Amino acid sequence: MDSILEVKNINKNYGHYQALKDVSLHIPEKSIFGLLGPNGAGKTSLIRIINQITGPDSGEVFFCGEKLAPKHVDLIGYLPEERGLYKKMSVGEQVMYLAQLKGLKKNIAKEKLNHWFKKFEIESWWDKKIEELSKGMQQKVQFIVTVLHEPKLLILDEPFSGFDPINAQLIKNEILELREKGSTIIFSTHNMGSVEELCDNIALINKSEKILDGTVNDIRKAHRSNTYHIIFKGNLLGFTNALWAGAEILEKKSSGDIHTLTVKLLRQTTPNAILEAVLQNAEIISFHEIVPSMNDIFISVVENKPALNTQSYFTE
Amino acid sequence: MNKLLLIIQREYFSRVKKKSFILMTILGPLLMAGVLIVPVWLAMRDKTDHQVLVLDHSGLFVEKLTNTKQIKFTYGAESIASAKLKLKDGPFDLIMEIKGDALNDEKTTPVLYYKKQPGISTEQYITNQMENILFDYRLQGDSIDIKKIDKARRQVQLLTLKVTENGNDEKTNTEINMAIGFGCAIAIYFMIFMYGSQVMRGVIEEKSNRIVEVIISSVKPFQLMLGKIIGVALVGLTQFILWIILTLILQAAITTFLFKNEIADKVKQNSQIEKVMKNDLSAGISTMEKVQTPNEAIAIFNDLDKVNFSQIIICFAFFFLFGYLLYAALFAAIGSAVDNEADTQQFILPVTIPLILSFIIAQNIIKDPDSSMAQFFSIFPLTSPIVMMVRLPFGVPMWELLLSMFMLIIGFLFFTWLAGKIYRTGILMYGKKTTWKELGKWLFYKG
Repeated sequence: MDSILEVKNINKNYGHYQALKDVSLHIPEKSIFGLLGPNGAGKTSLIRIINQITGPDSGEVFFCGEKLAPKHVDLIGYLPEERGLYKKMSVGEQVMYLAQLKGLKKNIAKEKLNHWFKKFEIESWWDKKIEELSKGMQQKVQFIVTVLHEPKLLILDEPFSGFDPINAQLIKNEILELREKGSTIIFSTHNMGSVEELCDNIALINKSEKILDGTVNDIRKAHRSNTYHIIFKGNLLGFTNALWAGAEILEKKSSGDIHTLTVKLLRQTTPNAILEAVLQNAEIISFHEIVPSMNDIFISVVENKPALNTQSYFTE
Repeated sequence: MNKLLLIIQREYFSRVKKKSFILMTILGPLLMAGVLIVPVWLAMRDKTDHQVLVLDHSGLFVEKLTNTKQIKFTYGAESIASAKLKLKDGPFDLIMEIKGDALNDEKTTPVLYYKKQPGISTEQYITNQMENILFDYRLQGDSIDIKKIDKARRQVQLLTLKVTENGNDEKTNTEINMAIGFGCAIAIYFMIFMYGSQVMRGVIEEKSNRIVEVIISSVKPFQLMLGKIIGVALVGLTQFILWIILTLILQAAITTFLFKNEIADKVKQNSQIEKVMKNDLSAGISTMEKVQTPNEAIAIFNDLDKVNFSQIIICFAFFFLFGYLLYAALFAAIGSAVDNEADTQQFILPVTIPLILSFIIAQNIIKDPDSSMAQFFSIFPLTSPIVMMVRLPFGVPMWELLLSMFMLIIGFLFFTWLAGKIYRTGILMYGKKTTWKELGKWLFYKG
């Protein structure tokens, strides 16, 4: 796949503090790319470099194969995490102003705005002042402003904060639709649920360095820990005896003769071997592999611990 | 369309459309007119005629108080009780009673009875007259010749003449020069402060609204800063022009309506007041008090003609514009470094010190407009907009003026560059209180 954005060996220092250390990224066209990392990891610094708000100390960024230059600003849409609008200005004047700053001509901006305002059913807000709108309403206006000029690259930093679940879904659908239309989306968030739901690829940045990247599926597969979740009806003791050589029981829970176990298979054991051993003693109700969630992977990679914790019960 | 132009447009119209702008623009000339006209009007109002009945039991003041156009003294000997009746039905509106022992007993004071309170100038006139009479009387008592004292007390009036380039003598008026210089300096000072802090508030607003990052993903931070500074400058210009127009209209209205009756019988005074009002406002304030007789007024207006107004107007425009631009950039940098207006204090003070210092220096400069201190501070960019304006009416060598202008442009470029560096880092910093040390570090961050 062609890459729309190529980040090569970026370094960025603020005084003695190194915000980015030799970070390279490859962002494929028409995909949703998750930029993840704990607070203060350097995500915003990287995003600001891509937006040309600041420049890197060393390293290069290529946009559609060209070296990043001021003319690319109009091809990028940016929704910062710290965002807002002029409180005293009317919605209409404001969106027109911001649209024109992105290089849209007045009449075209007006046309596109009419389309979006109709789509979101917010035409009546045009003459209202921003301060009269609720937080969620302001976010809607802000989202429209970000995508209005149909940017090739859309950078969304925590786009769902401030939205109720219904509007968050609306925005999610818009994001997916924008990808269908050919936009590439960089999506920075702490909400791992939405990463699994939306992202094709991710990169994880921690302490100024990229520590993980790849497609969501590959990463999740790579972080499997050979752990299975079994629910069965029958004799627990016979079951554990049959098991003990090939697996380790991480947790067990019983109610009556229904038993729930989390087991980690030891090296040579296959799921089939386990099932064979179990079938003699019990009636299987459920058996499945625990694939770590992005949340687990995030925590484990950042804290440098194995990707499994008991929370994973509920994930698959 | 050019993005800088878009920013300037927004900054300009969002301010000009504000109610506070419209209110200030209308109230400004009213206040100004009030300051200028009310004292004149009050002074004129006080010039009602007074008929004073003097009941002098000491006999000292009889026929000695000098009449003026407004105050006429009549002397009587009746009792105060019957005199008070005359006060009621006319022709007198003031009665002064002087007790017999007023001469020797310091505690006995003359009493002035009135139906309608006389103005302070009337009271003062009467007191003055009486003091003079008493002074003469006592000196005579000590057999000292009054004429000798008058002679000894002769006043000196210094005539100051400027030797111009072509060798002619030219009469100059230090007071007028002072008034013009100070007037311009005060105007520049206030406008720098007023519009500079508007720029600062604008930056803080953008920062606290969190819109700034949205905007600088479309334009360069420096463009945003510059757009704001220029936009506010245009707002200032608009307000200034509207003020002048409104003031002129107001003055025309007031001179025609308010003073019409008074003027009719006082043609001479009329011309004097009109001239004062039509002339440069600042000069007007100080000359107003001085103007006592039409002759003196004419002399002052002759002196005003000697002032090089075209030079002053051009320099005023220049020093105001670049002084504002320089300080507005600093104010923008301050605004970018803080999260709310309350935190600005620690940074504002050092920025305003040169401005305040300029005024302190100005006091000394008036005493000696060509001292080396005056020269230095009228060339140093942070103080020159004010100090040079104070010096200018006294005459400044062309090379100094040009050097000062050149330095101000250099200073403007330097401080705008400096402010730009602080600004582009500051606007993206939230939450922590900025220190001077950090501000220094920001200067060395790479773009």
